Amino acid sequence: MLKTPLHKLHQDLGAKMGEFAGYGMPLFYGEGVIAEHKWVRESAGLFDVSHMGQVSFVGKSVPQFFQKLTPSWFENLPESKAKYTVLMNEQGGIIDDFIVSNMGEEHFFAVINAGCKDKDIAWFEKHLPEDIDMHEHKDRALLALQGPKSETVLSSVLNLDFSALGFMQANEYEHPEFGLLTISRLGYTGEDGFEISVLNQYAPTLWNALLEKEVVKPIGLAARDGLRLEMGYPLYGHELDETTSPIEADLSWVISKNNTDFIGADRVLKEKEVGVTRKRFGIKLLDRGVAREGTEVFCHEGKKLGVMTSGGHSPILNASVGMAYLDEACQSDTGVYVRVRNRNLSARIVDLPFIEARTKSNVKKQAKEKSNG
Amino acid sequence: MADVKYTKDHEVVKIDGDIVSIGISEYAQDALGDLVFVELPDVGRTLDKKEDFAVVESVKTAAEVYTPVAGEVVEVNEALNDNLDLIKESIESGWIAKIKVNDADALAELMDEAAYKDYLSSL
Repeated sequence: MLKTPLHKLHQDLGAKMGEFAGYGMPLFYGEGVIAEHKWVRESAGLFDVSHMGQVSFVGKSVPQFFQKLTPSWFENLPESKAKYTVLMNEQGGIIDDFIVSNMGEEHFFAVINAGCKDKDIAWFEKHLPEDIDMHEHKDRALLALQGPKSETVLSSVLNLDFSALGFMQANEYEHPEFGLLTISRLGYTGEDGFEISVLNQYAPTLWNALLEKEVVKPIGLAARDGLRLEMGYPLYGHELDETTSPIEADLSWVISKNNTDFIGADRVLKEKEVGVTRKRFGIKLLDRGVAREGTEVFCHEGKKLGVMTSGGHSPILNASVGMAYLDEACQSDTGVYVRVRNRNLSARIVDLPFIEARTKSNVKKQAKEKSNG
Repeated sequence: MADVKYTKDHEVVKIDGDIVSIGISEYAQDALGDLVFVELPDVGRTLDKKEDFAVVESVKTAAEVYTPVAGEVVEVNEALNDNLDLIKESIESGWIAKIKVNDADALAELMDEAAYKDYLSSL
């Protein structure tokens, strides 16, 4: 089993460990998953996501390279800006979903899913032009600090000002104590927060320095899954896979109008025009119970509409929420049934997210709407 | 004084004559983690020995609850619908269902607390 540089610290904290993509990772710590989940929404939670891959691309043609491998557009991505996109295969399916940041000086920084690392790197290599240098940062750990108190805590621990770093922005910092840091204002929880890429040898001291703050608690991968579920964020291997197109996945917003020549474009452009037969939707249970991955969804007349790809208990809504691929004719706000252990439970197709994001941009937007209204 | 026994599937069984109250042991609670829902059986349902009659859902997983003896469900603990923490308090408040047993002799197979502790340390 692979270990992150923080492995021993998790064990010392009493984490229940589990295997994820070949890594021994903390699932939860002493207080349990629900307490951790709520802590992230109310304060600040610290996650070890060092199992994810961190890859740099340097060269003049990196934007064109990503425009070939993804349906997004990178030529106009400003320096310090991050973009969410999907890596496409020839059949128009998704190899991985990931975030790429323009670090300036022809350097782009990508964070890829742990379980997809090997195939992604192989795919990158296969398509890499000679003028681009690709480098996987195996010498780096990745911490995520998520929650409304993240900015205050991170500023005080690093003695840096993050007030000008906007949502989906990334910068490099040469820190006197922790070395080179790549800090991005984004995450997988819907809260304001940061991902901090740090050299392995400094990761434990940075982790401990953050945890010393009373408002910060360590959070395991189980709560991370619940948090992303409430936000309706897809998880690779569940909502996304090599057979699923970005249109089906309801990710058409990652597809740039400028881009018609990316790998897998044939299917995607056709689907854009003629539609798809199944699409990702949110499902919220009205009855008590928990509908998990694999649960079938039916309309009131009894016809099967599709299957849930993720599902679980939402501590914030105190209800079971999840996502499903359903007949594309389905509409939001429609009543449906889900079958859990041979019982029909009442549910609803709903728009995602289940709860409003509170990322920096969203908080600003809501404040503005309030003052205008 | 009621007699409290345990099963290998980690149910707790409180015996009052021919009525047994069934809940889940601390070991089972710890293994499940945060609980979110209990699916209670219908009153009047008849159960075979070792039949599952309830489901405890936690954040992590769903666990079936089995009866160690055949009988009929005579009462379910509706209070759990409003307060799942009762399960963690004791079998007195955290029982899931009461079952009228057909054959009280079958209860003799269950473990007492000392035997259950030995069993847990053997796992």
